[in-house]
Amino acid sequence: MKFLKLTWKNSFRHKLRTFLTILGLAIAVMAYSVIRTSVDAWYAGASASSPNRLVTINNVSLIFTIPMAYKEKIEKVDGITGITWAQWFGGVYVDPKNFFAQFAVDPVTYFDLYPEYIVPEEQFQDFLSQRNSVIVGRKLADRFNWSVGDPVRLIGTIFPGDWDFVIAGIYTGTKEITDESQWFMHFAYLDERMKVEAPPRAGQIGSFITRIDDPNRAVEISNNIDAMFENSIAETKTDTEEAFQLSFVAMAGSIVAGLKAVSVLVIGIILLVLANTMAMTARERTSEYAMMKSLGFRTAHIAGLIFGESLFIAAMGGLMGILITLPIVNLVRVGLSDFFPVFKLDPITVMLGFSAAIIVGFLAAIFPAIKAVNTSIIDGLRIID
Amino acid sequence: MAEKFIEVKNVEKSYWRDTLEIPVLNNINLDIEKGDFLALMGPSGSGKTTLLNLIAGIDRPSTGEIFVDGVDIAPLSDGMLARWRSDNVGFVFQFYNLLPVLTAFENVELPLLLTKLSKQERKHQVETALSIVGLADRMDHYPNQLSGGQEQRVAIARAIATDPSFILADEPTGDLDKVSAEEIMDLLSQLNKEFGKTIIMVTHDPKAAEYARTQRHLDKGELNNNHA
Ligand SMILES: Nc1ncnc2c1ncn2[C@@H]1O[C@H](COP(=O)(O)OP(=O)(O)OP(=O)(O)O)[C@@H](O)[C@H]1O
Ligand SMILES: [Mg+2]
Repeated sequence: MKFLKLTWKNSFRHKLRTFLTILGLAIAVMAYSVIRTSVDAWYAGASASSPNRLVTINNVSLIFTIPMAYKEKIEKVDGITGITWAQWFGGVYVDPKNFFAQFAVDPVTYFDLYPEYIVPEEQFQDFLSQRNSVIVGRKLADRFNWSVGDPVRLIGTIFPGDWDFVIAGIYTGTKEITDESQWFMHFAYLDERMKVEAPPRAGQIGSFITRIDDPNRAVEISNNIDAMFENSIAETKTDTEEAFQLSFVAMAGSIVAGLKAVSVLVIGIILLVLANTMAMTARERTSEYAMMKSLGFRTAHIAGLIFGESLFIAAMGGLMGILITLPIVNLVRVGLSDFFPVFKLDPITVMLGFSAAIIVGFLAAIFPAIKAVNTSIIDGLRIID
Repeated sequence: MAEKFIEVKNVEKSYWRDTLEIPVLNNINLDIEKGDFLALMGPSGSGKTTLLNLIAGIDRPSTGEIFVDGVDIAPLSDGMLARWRSDNVGFVFQFYNLLPVLTAFENVELPLLLTKLSKQERKHQVETALSIVGLADRMDHYPNQLSGGQEQRVAIARAIATDPSFILADEPTGDLDKVSAEEIMDLLSQLNKEFGKTIIMVTHDPKAAEYARTQRHLDKGELNNNHA
């Protein structure tokens, strides 16, 4: 392209102005990408969920329990091929700040229903053979520098007292979005102590997790489960795992909506910045465009130069934005790893951020290009800079 | 007999300011022969630039016809006119109008970018044009590294690079000192004599006008008929 050199030279005519505009674009693309990654992180639990799993909880709320005894009835429901259960433990490790998810589970069935958690066979056998042992996620182990064999004490809050554990194994996820920051202990260990210390609380669990073969029957099976316990002391509510996870996100829905609004706003502001730069640029060059038109440059040439310059600046901003997004997402990932188990830059986010920059580049050029094209040669030549 | 090259016939031009009509040119008739060097003189505001712009095809007459080489340029569309200018007209402006971000070479190359010439052919044309104006050694200089007279010579090189059929110059020496002005006039006169270029030049300067073959005077939008 013969005109590339002119576009290039024009772009850097005002080096500082161009640099600041590119920097502004880059920051906007970065902000957009980080915000979108955060929103993704909110939904990570839901997107990592399996369509083959249903979750049954107390119809009142998650914090109410349901009796273990429901197991026999639920597993007989047509379409269900596996069942396990979990109870939220909620203990404190040294300091309440060190929050992480702790579940008391049935070892064999639980890991059977969650094939995405991989535990080395030997460690798993150790876990099965020792009541007070636990399996923890890779990230969680890294966070507290735990290794296999380490003793760990938790202070119970929901289940009072000191609880002593031993790390039997460390699981890793099969997928990048698998949550590797959880703690799994024996439900039996918890339940036996409850039988002694608080008998009414024994035999109570937080949720049943069931496996279904046909995700298309999820609604029907859920309804069948819940129908069995209608009008009983503990009515149930069954949903797909995804819907269950999304119900947590919904609590934060307005935060997420706010974040999304901010990301759109950021792009809108940078559009104004680039549009302003392009308008200034085109206005300063009015007499140059008039001269070029007198030489025979046509509408398409003039518009091409303006669009080319705007798109070039936008692309530079977009690329630079991606470059600064990578380290910043890493920083956020490390800084907020307790809060967001999965914080990962999606290639689609990178693409959207870059595309947003390009669209901004295109939009910013429209008005200046129309103006430059419509200014008559004699009016343009009259302006002496 | 020299052939008629440019024919301005019964041209009138008015500008409109809101509903107010401002007549600028009245019934202009002007014939220019091929190879002529015409100096268009007259007081400020008499319509010299306006007439030049009409012949250049960057403005349109209110009425009348302008034939160049037998073609009436008034009814051409904007796009056609742009092509016609790029093929036929070389422009020299009072303030040179070079692009500050381009070197002398690149400024002269600018109108050639609209042609189908290869990079090599363009280079040849640019070098030829720059050596005609005596600036072959300044090809890589930017406008702000050149004197006013040199800038205007680069502008003339740009005007001749496409080998146009005629050159239009609006006060080409208006912004130059005496010595530079003489150099520019020598150059234009050389283009006319040696290369046979038809030149139409607007000037206030009687000394510059002496270089021309023909002088015409505009006054209040009317062309005097004396051929000085
Ligand atoms: N675009 C325009 N709109 C309105 N009036 C115009 C326009 N262009 C020129 N005029 C008017 O037309 C008249 C002739 O202008 P023109 O520029 O042709 O004069 P000129 O002879 O070149 O003057 P000068 O020697 O000062 O350059 C002037 O009165 C000017 O104000
Ligand atoms: Mg004038």
